Amino acid sequence: MDFTPHTPADVERMLASMGLGSCADLFSHLPEAVMLHRPLDLPGPLAEAEVMKHLEALAGRNRADLICFAGGGIYDHYLPPVVRALTMRPEFVTSYTPYQSEVSQGVLQALFEYQSMVAAITGLPVANASLYDGATAALEAANLAVGATGRRALWVSRGLAPQARRVLATFAKARGLELVEHALADGRTAWDSSAAPEPAVVMFAQPNYLGIVEDYDAAVGLARSTGALAAASVDPMLLGVLRSPGAAGCDIAFGEGQPLGSPLSFGGPGLGIMATSAALMRRIPGRLVGRTHDELGRIGYTLTLRTREQDIRREKASSNICTNEGLNALAAAVHLAWLGPDGLAETGRQSVQRAHYLAERLGPARGVRLAVGAPFAREFPLLLPADPRRVIRAMAARGYLAGIDLSADYPELPKALLVAVTEQRTREELDGYAAALAEAVADA
Amino acid sequence: MPEPGGRASAAPLVGGGTEPTLAALSSPGRRAWSLPALDVPARVVELPEAADGLPALPEVSERDLVAHFTRLAHRNFAVDLGAYPLGSCTMKYNPKVADWAAERPGFTRLHPATPAAFSQGALRVLLEAERFLCELTGMARATFQPPAGAAGELTGLLIMRAHHAARGNPRTRVIIPDSAHGTNPASVALAGYEVVPVPSNPRGMVDLAALRRLVDTDVAGLMLTNPNTLGLFEEDICEIARVVHEAGGLVYYDGANLNAILGVARPGDMGFDIVHSNLHKTFATPHGGGGPGSGPVAVVAALARYLPGPLPAEQADGSLGWEMPEASIGQVHRHHGNFLVVVRALAYMLALGGEGLRRVAERSVLNARYLASLIAAEYDIPFPEPCMHEFVASATRLKRETGLRAADVAKALLDRGFHAPTMYFPLIVDEALMVEPTETESPETLEALAGALLAIAKEARDDPAAAHAHPRETPVARLDDASAARRPILTWFTEGP
Repeated sequence: MDFTPHTPADVERMLASMGLGSCADLFSHLPEAVMLHRPLDLPGPLAEAEVMKHLEALAGRNRADLICFAGGGIYDHYLPPVVRALTMRPEFVTSYTPYQSEVSQGVLQALFEYQSMVAAITGLPVANASLYDGATAALEAANLAVGATGRRALWVSRGLAPQARRVLATFAKARGLELVEHALADGRTAWDSSAAPEPAVVMFAQPNYLGIVEDYDAAVGLARSTGALAAASVDPMLLGVLRSPGAAGCDIAFGEGQPLGSPLSFGGPGLGIMATSAALMRRIPGRLVGRTHDELGRIGYTLTLRTREQDIRREKASSNICTNEGLNALAAAVHLAWLGPDGLAETGRQSVQRAHYLAERLGPARGVRLAVGAPFAREFPLLLPADPRRVIRAMAARGYLAGIDLSADYPELPKALLVAVTEQRTREELDGYAAALAEAVADA
Repeated sequence: MPEPGGRASAAPLVGGGTEPTLAALSSPGRRAWSLPALDVPARVVELPEAADGLPALPEVSERDLVAHFTRLAHRNFAVDLGAYPLGSCTMKYNPKVADWAAERPGFTRLHPATPAAFSQGALRVLLEAERFLCELTGMARATFQPPAGAAGELTGLLIMRAHHAARGNPRTRVIIPDSAHGTNPASVALAGYEVVPVPSNPRGMVDLAALRRLVDTDVAGLMLTNPNTLGLFEEDICEIARVVHEAGGLVYYDGANLNAILGVARPGDMGFDIVHSNLHKTFATPHGGGGPGSGPVAVVAALARYLPGPLPAEQADGSLGWEMPEASIGQVHRHHGNFLVVVRALAYMLALGGEGLRRVAERSVLNARYLASLIAAEYDIPFPEPCMHEFVASATRLKRETGLRAADVAKALLDRGFHAPTMYFPLIVDEALMVEPTETESPETLEALAGALLAIAKEARDDPAAAHAHPRETPVARLDDASAARRPILTWFTEGP
């Protein structure tokens, strides 16, 4: 294929107008030593139909048909067709970051509305226009807290997603930050108030990675008493049924926003959510859209508080982020508006109800038991009598993606499987899962 | 001669005016959502930390929701509407077959926790795309975890740090040219290094003598874009790399401008050790109004051990699995990066093949050089070297003679149906207009764009007041950015003036 419009006559005319003889002349000023004097050793070119056939074949080699009981931040919620219909509009898809506000009002207003709805669900007054994903949002929250407090220790619950803790560890090492992990006891964070050094941030997930509902007051109280910021990672689909981090007194809410508007997508693109208290407005990383007016007095939207950003502040910027996840933020805005307050609450309520229905069916009679006794929301860890990897394989043969193997990330819970339930899982699927798991455990 | 096509517009088709927010459209009790009824016996679940009310989300019908966002779409310019010569951003046409590929249910419905045995197609996508990137850049291995260019920079710098740390000293400083993108110094600071700027010489290239004075054994490396942000190929690149290598440093390639050299020259052959590329620039994946992007990082064989992991790898039985590089810096994304963006880029690269990718470079340079030649009468290009895929013009002469600044030129261009170039960047050029037409614009479109730029200059001389008043044809005129920053209104919960 060829996406350039030039005919040979066009090329000849353009070159001739500049006194050049061939396209090779365009590069004649490059040093000889760097020139690649051979054709690239690559497959293609393919005709469009061949490209489609090839990628369809690759897509077909994934078991994306399995009924999904895996979560861990990425959830299989119902995605209404209206989200795709609106987010595939080429005016949104093929525009750049809205630097020229006069011709970018569509994207800017959509992001302003996204910020407003993130503020609504997190209960905090300031939300940015998106970050990359839940794990890098944890990193940005940590950086924000380090900048705001001048301290270098991060107190992190072991209930924060292991992927987020690994991303924090990757960057903490380079920046000389100290990660202090606080263990779980029966599934909930057992905060150690005597830990050292003094924290910049007390960071946890609500619910945590194991699906357990954490005690907000314990975490926020610890942050207050130690002079740290309280940062909660949220599951956005549960914010219609759980107290918001803002209502609970947190300074920062962040998290993986994939459940709002984005398909599973093998984990990317997702959406990094971040909201903060008013006091942190001038420190929040990433783009912010603000409302203003034009010279004729009409309402308009523009990127604002730009002096926080890398293209202005360079090495003193609050983050290096430039391109973010704009289209996923738009999808989240459409999805949240489609759900409204009642739809969000009902999605959360049904996910919780169905998860508890399944948990009751997964007793010792099936050869498994709940790994912890603390109250969970829509996800829970199961202890298996066999290697989770074998059970997951046996479940796939029965048509289910059984969950996430916890054994590597939580060796203290040997042979544990993390099971997630959304409002999409029907009674038939839940009953089928319970029956299949009993067989799979026996097989494995 | 063919016509250049209709004049693009971001103005609403009819009506004009402003679009209310969803909050203003909201009416209590109205709704779009539906869910199947709960088909399991309802039970009392005593949730701790239960919400004591509903979130303050808008309540709208699906019909109003669709009309609202469709009207917003009408208020936005895009590549699919017309030329978007935004320098450094490579706003080329985004092929629809790539969108089609990324919408296959086998990709979109795949959970990231799916074991390798059941996600062989996804691992194969990553390996095939990696092969393209490594051959195009002259590198050995690549990771797709970084979800954008700036994330790629930070990842590359952490690899640089790991390399030096393994030799006993992570070093303290990273050199970047004074013409670099803002993400470069911001990433250097995040990686725990001090930024040392190296000046450009009068020809717009890295000042080699100054570089020699800056390089010592505290320098971890140099970050460079080539072609640089002035659109010029760094002619001393091999010597630059040699100077840095001699002091034990590494040389990092910022792939913002990779489009210009595809199949013509490779960073690896110039002496670069680490390369990030932007799939949302060079490899035609759409920008989405600011993402999702993808910033894969490729490295020479000696640095592959430090790459973020896990990486896909062939197993003894011929299947694909995940392997952690032996001295990996760790993880830089929750999962495997922006996977669907990689799918799009792979579709694009397969469609073009090696010869098509080289044609991209040739025609992007041809278009930039041609456009520069068409506007030379009014816009100076401050450096004498021939440009590559983009050029930086200066409106200094126009400003001196008519008072019209680069920003005024940009705003006037919006009224004439084109997106504006990048303004006031790089910082080392006065009244800079950075123009990147890309290879997918026809000569007729370039001639129309040049005609618009020349007409703007003429208007500045004939009717300066009118020239300063643009834009007027857009959904809004110039906005009051100062009051937006002074008293920020970031959500619809904040009362406006």
